[in-house]
Amino acid sequence: MLSLKSAALAGVILSGLSSFALAGGPVDEELVIDGETQITTRTKAAEGVPFEEVTSGWLYRTEETRALEADSFQNPGMLYVERGEEIWNTVDGEAGKSCASCHGDGQEFLKGVGAAYPKWNAKAGKPFNIELQINQCREDNMQAKPYKFDSADQKALTTYIKNQSLGMPMHVDLAQGDMQSWWDRGKETYYTRMGQLNLSCSNCHEENNGNYIRADHLSQGNVNGFPTYRLKQADMVSLHNRFRGCIRDTRAEFPAAFSDELMALEVYVTWRGTGLGIETPSVRQ
Amino acid sequence: MTRGFIYSIAAATLALSAPAMAGTVAPGDVVFADMSVATSMTGETGDPANGRKVFADRKKGNCLACHANTDLKNELFHGDVGPSLDGAGSRWSPEQLRAIVANSKQVFGDQTVMPGFYSLVVGKDIAKEFEGKTILSAQEVEDVVAYLTTLTD
Repeated sequence: MLSLKSAALAGVILSGLSSFALAGGPVDEELVIDGETQITTRTKAAEGVPFEEVTSGWLYRTEETRALEADSFQNPGMLYVERGEEIWNTVDGEAGKSCASCHGDGQEFLKGVGAAYPKWNAKAGKPFNIELQINQCREDNMQAKPYKFDSADQKALTTYIKNQSLGMPMHVDLAQGDMQSWWDRGKETYYTRMGQLNLSCSNCHEENNGNYIRADHLSQGNVNGFPTYRLKQADMVSLHNRFRGCIRDTRAEFPAAFSDELMALEVYVTWRGTGLGIETPSVRQ
Repeated sequence: MTRGFIYSIAAATLALSAPAMAGTVAPGDVVFADMSVATSMTGETGDPANGRKVFADRKKGNCLACHANTDLKNELFHGDVGPSLDGAGSRWSPEQLRAIVANSKQVFGDQTVMPGFYSLVVGKDIAKEFEGKTILSAQEVEDVVAYLTTLTD
């Protein structure tokens, strides 16, 4: 009797959730981390971006998830920032150097650096993100092995580097090298339908942001919070991991991490979110 | 004879010998006219009870990903990318519903976000495990259509 009643009650609560929890659109809230660092989560879109206003994914998450990010003691991603700082100061490789051996104090040297990636890398003749820059440094200057994609240390060091630009506006310089043609290529990928489900990035993140796919509140897909702490995975998730997850969900073969196709997409998607504050490590569902 | 040619003969023989497929129209041969597909794609009538299951199954129709449906309110979180399907059976004829589910682009145009559930015209780089396959079988589409016709105002 009791269990029947509670089952019925649960039914009422659950059906209530399904009808009422899904009110669409970004919330009208301000993100201030630890009551100190104001983060720009809405800003006027750059010229050519097909929105009036670009919005951070933070505005699409639940109150509980938003609160986790606003408190650096609660934010699980901050453990990776701490680990990243350790790596920064730890000697590795044949050359007997750490990052700090050349660059000095991370908190000083790195201020604003992560907010301006991806950047043109003349030596490689392609755009580099933080992960590729770290690997180039490790190989050329430290004589250390490059990190494997999504290794724990790669994610921690990338998270630390991006975190040193917390709150600074994300921007990408398309005038460098051949960045513009990579932007073009990334744009083409963004609008290309993929996989058996025949979906493009734009189908969800441009045409349907603010709507729900099941319980998933679609954002504009901006990248200012990456690497992001994802509650679903209970781990840091890199941007290229997320790209691949999205593409896999369309039932398409996904490209290799840091492949030309995904680097072009990173350049383009970063540009779309120009002006949003760096949130790394953001917290998402 | 090339190995590929031998394989294709073998595949064709297999396809011909499968009795359940006898009356089934291939995805590329479905005739869309006036926003409708006039007759069952399998020659069989649809089973609404199975259609309801296919509709809700995340690995099959996964229709709740984008559509709300009060008939399945015990399932949590209905999407709102597409319109609610309450009353869909009153708004659309079975022939129109068949066309929409089989390949909505034939009804709403190429811009629609809705996948074609019985179509091989798909996006770039389809994953190997899905190559040459439709999201639903023709009979599953018929079943979903039979279910949708029960959703009346």
